[in-house]
Amino acid sequence: MTEKKQHITLTIDQHQVSVLEGTTVLEAAKKVGIDIPTLCHMKLHDMGIENKPAGCRVCVVEVEGRKNLAPSCVTLATEGMKIRTNSVRVLNARQTVLELILSDHPADCLVCIKSGNCDLQSMAQRFNIRNITYKGEQSTYREDFSPSVIREMDKCIMCRRCEMMCNQVQTVGALSGVNRGFMAVVSPAFEQDLQDSVCTFCGQCVAVCPTGALTEVNHTSDVIKSLADPRKTVIVQTAPAVRAALGEAFGLEPGTLVTGKLVSALKELGFEYVFDTDFAADLTIMEEGTEFLNRLNDFFSGNEKANLPILTSCCPAWVNFFEKQFPELKDIPSTARSPQQMFGAVAKNWFAKKIGVKREDLIVVSIMPCLAKKYECQRDEFKSNGDPDVNYVLTTRELARLIQLANIDFMALPDGEFDSPMGESTGAGVIFGTTGGVIEAAVRTAYELQTGKTLEKVDFEQLRGMEGLRHATIDFDGVPVHIGIAHGLGNARRLLESIQRGECNFHAIEIMSCPGGCIGGGGQPLHHGKSKILKARMAAIYREDSGKKLRKSHENPDIIRLYEEFLGKPLSHKAHELLHTNYFDRQVNFLEEN
Amino acid sequence: MDTLDNITIKLKKEDINFIRAVCSDFNNDRNELINVLHKTQEHFGYLPAEVQELIAAELNMSVAKVYGVVTFYSFFTMVPRGEFPVSICTGTACYVRGAEKVLDEFRKQLGIDVGEVTPDGKFSLSCLRCVGACGLAPVVMIGEKTFGRVAPEKVAEILSEFR
Repeated sequence: MTEKKQHITLTIDQHQVSVLEGTTVLEAAKKVGIDIPTLCHMKLHDMGIENKPAGCRVCVVEVEGRKNLAPSCVTLATEGMKIRTNSVRVLNARQTVLELILSDHPADCLVCIKSGNCDLQSMAQRFNIRNITYKGEQSTYREDFSPSVIREMDKCIMCRRCEMMCNQVQTVGALSGVNRGFMAVVSPAFEQDLQDSVCTFCGQCVAVCPTGALTEVNHTSDVIKSLADPRKTVIVQTAPAVRAALGEAFGLEPGTLVTGKLVSALKELGFEYVFDTDFAADLTIMEEGTEFLNRLNDFFSGNEKANLPILTSCCPAWVNFFEKQFPELKDIPSTARSPQQMFGAVAKNWFAKKIGVKREDLIVVSIMPCLAKKYECQRDEFKSNGDPDVNYVLTTRELARLIQLANIDFMALPDGEFDSPMGESTGAGVIFGTTGGVIEAAVRTAYELQTGKTLEKVDFEQLRGMEGLRHATIDFDGVPVHIGIAHGLGNARRLLESIQRGECNFHAIEIMSCPGGCIGGGGQPLHHGKSKILKARMAAIYREDSGKKLRKSHENPDIIRLYEEFLGKPLSHKAHELLHTNYFDRQVNFLEEN
Repeated sequence: MDTLDNITIKLKKEDINFIRAVCSDFNNDRNELINVLHKTQEHFGYLPAEVQELIAAELNMSVAKVYGVVTFYSFFTMVPRGEFPVSICTGTACYVRGAEKVLDEFRKQLGIDVGEVTPDGKFSLSCLRCVGACGLAPVVMIGEKTFGRVAPEKVAEILSEFR
């Protein structure tokens, strides 16, 4: 039995507040409407994510009877404590601390990509800093460009949020604080480039960076050039999670669906065809679902060595993760390419011919909530004679900026419709955007194909939620099918380790790298540590699903036609060639030198 | 892109065995990282990248974290030591008795800075904090040999013993 926590009463400024033992002063203050400023601290409550190195000292408060000021983010409330959060001493200390941080930060806010969205900048405004009194060392650091992430560590304030994300949450271990003093920097081992490290490009470091130190590689100008090139036919696909978050960039409430406006904006920008990655998600379900059923039936027909569980393969950061850290398991994920790459392959090999355009003259652009997608489209397997199936990937954030750049009044746009023949999608495609969605979509189709019966209820609530590791058993007409779900690579690691120990009896597992799934992707509008934003996006995704006429991938008429006209049937030779891939061992290994 | 191949790190067989034995002596416990690094540096004289990679793999932790520790503590070095490592004590007593000037003279005579090795691999230069012989300040150690009350004028003579 756990001991019951005691109530504690303390005084914060003029307020008496009663909290449970173990509450920090910062949290106690929040209860009485006192918003103590924080910079390095970040808490995503629902996902158990918390960063509190107490490094920045912006949140200091005065504790009666103590000599030194205390950082409220790590100071626990005690009985009878008397706290001052806004005394002259506290205000001066905070201001000094912030000025010292600013004195070692480049003053290029006017041209910084984070301007207007930077926690350090807002803090300077909040503290009314009009002058930096301190002059001293300005640490400089080389820029590091990877296919997805740019590191400009001059702008790093050593809050260590990225390091916490990379190590505790994602357990990737690409980043660590290295060196000392002004030389201290968050970096991969041996200060090598991110590209040469174990980085998966999940982009969660970018998603939590308070300043412009970590940002996405920007492909906007490449897209603008292509759109202006009369020799090129430029088409676009847009991922499910984008429609549930783009509105935030235009001041809309989190969770507002902007699917129609998104389509109109893309048409205004000059894309000749506006298609939907949801269509390709439905296609993924046809391939991955069939592969799953084959493996499952292999198992049920008595093959104890059947290749189970099957793991989803839509998430490119997850692919990087197992290639670099669990290569011995590289044969268990589905060989199905991600929806982005399936779309690209179908567009360049089928659609291009259909409209009489050479594949090199067809430019495929993706709008993605993700930074790893920028890397994924550059992988050699997804190129044909050097021509990539997907040419450019823009994040949700980049698209928002491009819309503004092109003088488009987003709010005034009418609702547009996706084009044919790669724009039709079902609710199953939409829910790819949230944790649990891919496996729910797969279950909807696999159930009907396997049992030959029609599902009475397509909503599988037992697969939904925000918990990092979830499991459920689905009744396939008398046959129990065990499903596992993990989001966040740390949770994925726990699942993989249980597979390695032989403790896992799942038949199918969905893994998404980002907490929340794609709705929490590294390319989405910044959540600034507010997990209710992620929940609102998730609710929006399920709303879009339940509003769809068709909700099962195998009922998508465009998909049925694509198989009739071009691919034959799932897992056909053509499908294998264009829609499947293989994985590589990319782990560091040690060789004995002769 | 050329990143699809796995990365192979070459180490001598006996070096691999040595590092594995050290890690295993500490139960492959990542909390013992500093002890493992001490033992390994004692053996190799420095901690090259390949060695850190193997230690990370053995202790099941990220090599970035290992590198973070190696670069945080000034005792650890990624540069090979010379045949005769020169250490100048810059602890309080030695410092006030002129260790800085002695250090400058060593820099000048050897043509290297702290943390570097002479091109012939003979001498390397480092600073340390207090060897517990404050009565002899300023103190210089070369290999296992200790020199007390070192004045800048004596540096050339001391070095000539080892040249």
